[in-house]
Amino acid sequence: MIELRAVSRTYEVGGAPVRALRSASLLIGRGEHVALVGPSGSGKSTMLHIIGCLDRPNGGEYVFDGQEVGAAAEEVRAELRARKIGFVFQFFHLLPRLTAAGNVELPMLFAGVGRAERRDRAHAALEAVGLAPRATHRPDQLSGGERQRVAIARAVVMDPAVLLADEPTGNLDRASALEVMELIEAMNRRGLTLVVVTHDPAIAGRARRVVHMADGELVEDSGQGTGDRGQGGT
Amino acid sequence: MSFWDVLRFAAGALVGHRLRTSLSVAGVAVGIAAVIGLTALGEGARRYVTSEFAALGSNLLIAMPGKVETTGAAPFGGVVHDLTLDDLQAVMRLPRVRSAAPLAAGTENVRFGDRSRAVPVLGTTSEFAEVRHISVAAGSFLPAGDPQRGGTEMVLGVTVARELFGEANPLGRVVRVGPWRFRVVGVLAPRGRGLGFDFDDLVFVPVGTAMRMFNRTSLFRVLVEVRVHEEMAETRADVLGLLVDRHRADDVTVISQDAMISAFSSIMRALTLALAGIASVSLAVAGVGIMNVMLVSVTERRAEIGLLKAIGARDRQVLAAFLTEAALLSTIGGLVGLGTGLGAIHVFVRFYPSFPAVPPTWAVAAALGMSVLVGVVFGVWPARRATRLDPVAALVKR
Repeated sequence: MIELRAVSRTYEVGGAPVRALRSASLLIGRGEHVALVGPSGSGKSTMLHIIGCLDRPNGGEYVFDGQEVGAAAEEVRAELRARKIGFVFQFFHLLPRLTAAGNVELPMLFAGVGRAERRDRAHAALEAVGLAPRATHRPDQLSGGERQRVAIARAVVMDPAVLLADEPTGNLDRASALEVMELIEAMNRRGLTLVVVTHDPAIAGRARRVVHMADGELVEDSGQGTGDRGQGGT
Repeated sequence: MSFWDVLRFAAGALVGHRLRTSLSVAGVAVGIAAVIGLTALGEGARRYVTSEFAALGSNLLIAMPGKVETTGAAPFGGVVHDLTLDDLQAVMRLPRVRSAAPLAAGTENVRFGDRSRAVPVLGTTSEFAEVRHISVAAGSFLPAGDPQRGGTEMVLGVTVARELFGEANPLGRVVRVGPWRFRVVGVLAPRGRGLGFDFDDLVFVPVGTAMRMFNRTSLFRVLVEVRVHEEMAETRADVLGLLVDRHRADDVTVISQDAMISAFSSIMRALTLALAGIASVSLAVAGVGIMNVMLVSVTERRAEIGLLKAIGARDRQVLAAFLTEAALLSTIGGLVGLGTGLGAIHVFVRFYPSFPAVPPTWAVAAALGMSVLVGVVFGVWPARRATRLDPVAALVKR
């Protein structure tokens, strides 16, 4: 499903090169639940952004679903982000001027889904995260946990193959964090591939596979990641 | 993503920032209102002047003593021959001339009983009524006769008649002008202003008497009505040739109505264009304002743009969304400005009804077109900045 081969990424910061990733290789199968952990600056977020096609690797290959996308045209990568990849962020990134339903509709809006269908699917997605009664509320009328659940509904409304979460509980209290994790883990059990970046050991411990990173390299991988798992496997 | 989806998304973003939106809308609105208002004033001035000239009649030539375009002082020249009643009678005999009327003008105190009013006193002949399309409300105009001889008849403008006689019938009454006595034979129909004279507030007397009264030897003007409109140029040459011949000097000026109208009209149109140009500067300023607002918007909404990219928005979709926002801003501003400008003109015309201030259609169309264009042109750079934004950098910060 996701295959990174000797991927490297170097930034220029104030004229000095910063090697965020050095020749990292990682294989993630369909339906896996992977936690990327490591201290700050270890490259785990960069890894996630490259997997999510938000960032491009400087070297190496990135193959998604059998297709090389690391150096593909922006159009191809945008299409991938629109249909195959869902993102959840630490700071939710909901548009404050839109209602919960409006935020969930957003990916469909840019994918060209018709208005009536958008409304139906947004409603269904909000229902799936238990927020149907909150559909017309704006983000500032929602609690942190509710906001993150709206963000999750938005991430999965296009029915992606992969859900990428960058510190999804970093801004939540314990109870909300648990709710959010249970929600995305339930989606994972139904076949959604889940990659979570976290530095919270409790969150990482919930994953079936934990990948430790340090200094832009993979230092420890608890799982095998040899191939795709079957749909709905536990 | 349909056009309406883009429009709705952009409109939503504008509504989400009401203060910023209304300020930049106001900027464009001021620019457009200035264009509409100033061109309306310019156009109004043009219409006013041309209608003043047109009121003179389109078959009219005007002869006046002296050269209009005087160049330097001639050493022994500069002698201007009088334009006399003999000249008038000679002009009237020209085959292409239908009619001609003299004009001698002065301002005098006209008295009836204990009432007195200082008004222009115009000396002319019976032909004047025909040449200047004068109609009489009561009585008759000056009688025909030898212009040299003069007479004691007087025709009153309606204002003069009302001021001197009130509701009483002025016909047959005797009016005094200095030591001169006149008998009122007619009252003009209301007509209003016409190129320098208020036809309601003056009196006509026979030209011969007027010249003696003012102690003048030269006529102020000779108005010539041409038989055929198409022969204006030839007739003008005839009149000029005749007068030059009679005076043995090129010391008269003959102008035609059309020439004056078109000259003034083009001057006023140039003035209107200049006003429009000045007003468009404010539009350019408004455009920079929009650019500023959109740049701030792009910077402030980095996270939003990053998110849009993360959920799969194409660069061209982001570009379209931000360009639409800018165009929407300026278009709304244009419409508001159009309304404001038209409203202001409406109010202006209520206070000055005689001034036909109307924005020319081209100015309205150009102003609206420009407002849309301003948004698109000044929106391009901010929108491109939005598309070039690095989503990773935008999303990491909150």
